[in-house]
Amino acid sequence: MRIPIRDLGFLAAIAAGAAVVVGGMVRPMIRASASATSARAEANRCPEDIVRRVDAAFRRQWTSEGLAPAGRAPELAIVRRISLALCGTIPSLEEIRRLEALPEGRRADAWLDEILRDRRSADYLAERFARVLVGTEDGPFLKFRRRRFVTWLSDAILANRPYHAIVRDLIADRGLWTDHPATNFLTVTIDEKTERPTPERLAARTARAFLGVRLDCAQCHDHPFQPWKQGQFRGLAAFFGASHCDLRGIRDTENDYRPTDRKGKELPTIEPEVPFLPELLPPSTASESRTRLAGWVVDPRNPALARVTVNRLWALLLGRPLAEPVDDLPASGELHPALTMLADDFASHGYDLRRLIRVIASTEVFRLDSADDAAGLGHEAAWAVFPICRLRPEQVAGAVFQAGALSTLGPESHWFTRFLVFSGRNDFVHRYGDTGEDEFDARAGTIPQRLLMMNGKIVRERIEDGPFPASSSLARLAPDDRQAVEAAYLVVLTRRPTDEELGHFIGRLASSTGDERKHRIADLFWTLINSTEFSWNH
Amino acid sequence: MPRTAFPTLDRRSFLALAATGWLTPIGRLLADQAESTRRPAQSIILLWLDGGPSQLETFDPHPDTKIAGSTRAIHTAARGIQLAEGYQQLADQMGRVALIRSMVSKEGDHERGTYLMKTGYRPDPTVEHPSIGAICCHELPVGSTDIPRHISILSGRWPGRGGYLGAEYDAFQVGDPRGELPDVVSTIAADRQKARLADLDVVERAFERGRLGRAAATHHRETVARARTMMTSEQLRAFDVSSEPAEVRAEYGETPFGRGCLAARRLIEVGVRCVEITLGGWDSHVNNHAIHASQAKELDPAFAALLRDLARRELLDRTVVLCGGEFGRTPRINPLGGRDHWPGGFSLAIAGGGLRGGQAIGETDPEGIKEPVRPTTIEDVHATVLSALGLDPSRENTAPATGRPIKLSAGRPIRELLG
Repeated sequence: MRIPIRDLGFLAAIAAGAAVVVGGMVRPMIRASASATSARAEANRCPEDIVRRVDAAFRRQWTSEGLAPAGRAPELAIVRRISLALCGTIPSLEEIRRLEALPEGRRADAWLDEILRDRRSADYLAERFARVLVGTEDGPFLKFRRRRFVTWLSDAILANRPYHAIVRDLIADRGLWTDHPATNFLTVTIDEKTERPTPERLAARTARAFLGVRLDCAQCHDHPFQPWKQGQFRGLAAFFGASHCDLRGIRDTENDYRPTDRKGKELPTIEPEVPFLPELLPPSTASESRTRLAGWVVDPRNPALARVTVNRLWALLLGRPLAEPVDDLPASGELHPALTMLADDFASHGYDLRRLIRVIASTEVFRLDSADDAAGLGHEAAWAVFPICRLRPEQVAGAVFQAGALSTLGPESHWFTRFLVFSGRNDFVHRYGDTGEDEFDARAGTIPQRLLMMNGKIVRERIEDGPFPASSSLARLAPDDRQAVEAAYLVVLTRRPTDEELGHFIGRLASSTGDERKHRIADLFWTLINSTEFSWNH
Repeated sequence: MPRTAFPTLDRRSFLALAATGWLTPIGRLLADQAESTRRPAQSIILLWLDGGPSQLETFDPHPDTKIAGSTRAIHTAARGIQLAEGYQQLADQMGRVALIRSMVSKEGDHERGTYLMKTGYRPDPTVEHPSIGAICCHELPVGSTDIPRHISILSGRWPGRGGYLGAEYDAFQVGDPRGELPDVVSTIAADRQKARLADLDVVERAFERGRLGRAAATHHRETVARARTMMTSEQLRAFDVSSEPAEVRAEYGETPFGRGCLAARRLIEVGVRCVEITLGGWDSHVNNHAIHASQAKELDPAFAALLRDLARRELLDRTVVLCGGEFGRTPRINPLGGRDHWPGGFSLAIAGGGLRGGQAIGETDPEGIKEPVRPTTIEDVHATVLSALGLDPSRENTAPATGRPIKLSAGRPIRELLG
């Protein structure tokens, strides 16, 4: 990256400033904000009753399957999980030091509490939700504003707006996509020929995102192994059959949804119809069809929205949904009792996303160790050990960038740092391979990913060659080899080294000075970043 | 490759001829047998014209009509088939090339159109389909190839993906073959690299404690080892076009796209299954004719040189070469002298792989109003390419998670192309 000469002076100033800030972090320190964090944690105690009931449900499952659960994970491992799930990155050394000033046993809760109020978390969750709601396509030029949509979602999440209110806007809002960003849910499906939102794509999206049903294949034929019929799909699509888009934005007129059959023949206009619980649908005299649909989806007596949302948030936090695939819950048959309990709690507490996240992150399952000598894949299937799951590309990108710095990268960072991080992360995700809408893909990583991590310029700049990488700060600031190794482990893996690791790497650093020492610390960063532990959630 | 590799082609046409005459039952039997022993193609080279080229200024000119603007046509080696002016070298190769002039697509957006053209399926949010290159890698044996078998040179925004087959089938993206290969070369000294890898064992051991089987199930260490094999593979030299004679490089054109095509030939020689080379810049909403004239200067020599070179090396029969973009452009010229997106009748060129060249399939309306004659779907092109590779398009793979069976292609082979 080329930097104009006139900017060098201010860069040097940031470097100096950074050195002052991080200098203290290499040694454990206590900061004033730590006590403030703990006070807030008190005020936001997790609702214990529901957590206890969910824990008991899993305990019953383990007893009946004869499985002994793993022990409790180290607190820093839980902190790492929370950061990855809710911010898409790992905690910084600065944050770890701050948490370690709190008494043991209170750190994970304090961290959860802090993260849930952090803009970084709202931004990350908004992006994850956006993939579900509008996909990853660029969408129609001008009429679809993805950035605007994600910002709107992020603001709503940060304000902890009830989720059913958000969903109501998505389905039923009207107006321009710029000042009514929820309408982008419709405009992303605008067909180039008809210049109207596409009812079929909206029906499929609504079914998956809000009902937990993959009705898509019922578009062409009856579902082969679920009870969904083609007529139900068309009935759902018809709710969007009156929607148009013009210079005033999205608006509704008369429903004229007329699908074509297989031979391309146009059928008569289809009337809006919901696929189940028709008694909950507001009468057609009451309001426009999208408003009626929204009312039906968010009716607390309709369990679908709560269930699919719980399943998705569970997967966001643990890497794997309770029912797979995440957006296709069985229409009949058993749901995991924890899923039903959490869904009931979510619906009866005003669709409070923050409460739901706090509950899931407080369960015993979320806090189990991922290591247990007796645990095999059977334990993982029954949630008796924390699952080992591949991190998403943007989580790896977030972690690589954070591992290259000692202080927290976020809205507080200097604009220049934020710019580097933003564009760098995008480049990284592009090369690493975006998983698109395929949210929870458990399969192994790829060779190009390993090449990128081992040899890639982006990674190299973070650990060695770029502007102020963490490794050279450590080389300069750590008082001795032991503290340098410990700090590197905390920065990259959010844990301390084992005795064997500590001994090994102290040996590597021994008697090195100057550039040689910087190289060896950079080698240590390279090694940690290329480990299984770094690229997987555990 | 020895000339005797494809003797059955001639034998087969002879027998087919006989089948229509005096040897009817036995002849047909033998002809069918010959069919099954013909050696199928093994690789695909996709010349991806990103942005949607105008059929009228490339493979389907309508000279002296209103929709042509001023575009003129030239004669080619295939009788009765014309190309737009600017494709003289390709015109000489037309005996080897088939043009499909009646392509129809249901997608008029770049991203969705690209998805459909590369995968043979319309975008479906519940499943991500693999691109044809990924299918080809998945279905055909690995052989002794250490480097990625699916490669995207000068990749645009949507290179071929592995989809439900897994990210390991994603195209490996590289830039202009003149530059350095990204991420493949380690920039640090060998002894330092060795120490890093030894250190990695120490960290992995710590993670495996209490997670032995489950850590192994991540295949992480195995993937690292395979990446290391690739970093030291001799086959990486296939990317290095500078070792080709100067005349050959000049033939392809000293452009990024020309070098990409040359690298593609070298790559399939070491067993790579699919190479896509992107030539961008076709999205001519403004100034269509000038844009297409300048694009032809890059495409024509590279495409023609690739066909000549493959034929010279007797690789053309085992390589399917496709050239096209996500859709065509409107017959009507807009007020800015541009043409807009047009999925309703556009062209694709296809050559090699034992497919019958020297023909044009389908035709578009010279007034740009009526539907094309013999409309051909993208699904059918996929089925044709798969058949040329010896794969049954109706074979099903199962998408993970849903367990939904999905055919390699939903189309049917185009019979005019299967020789």
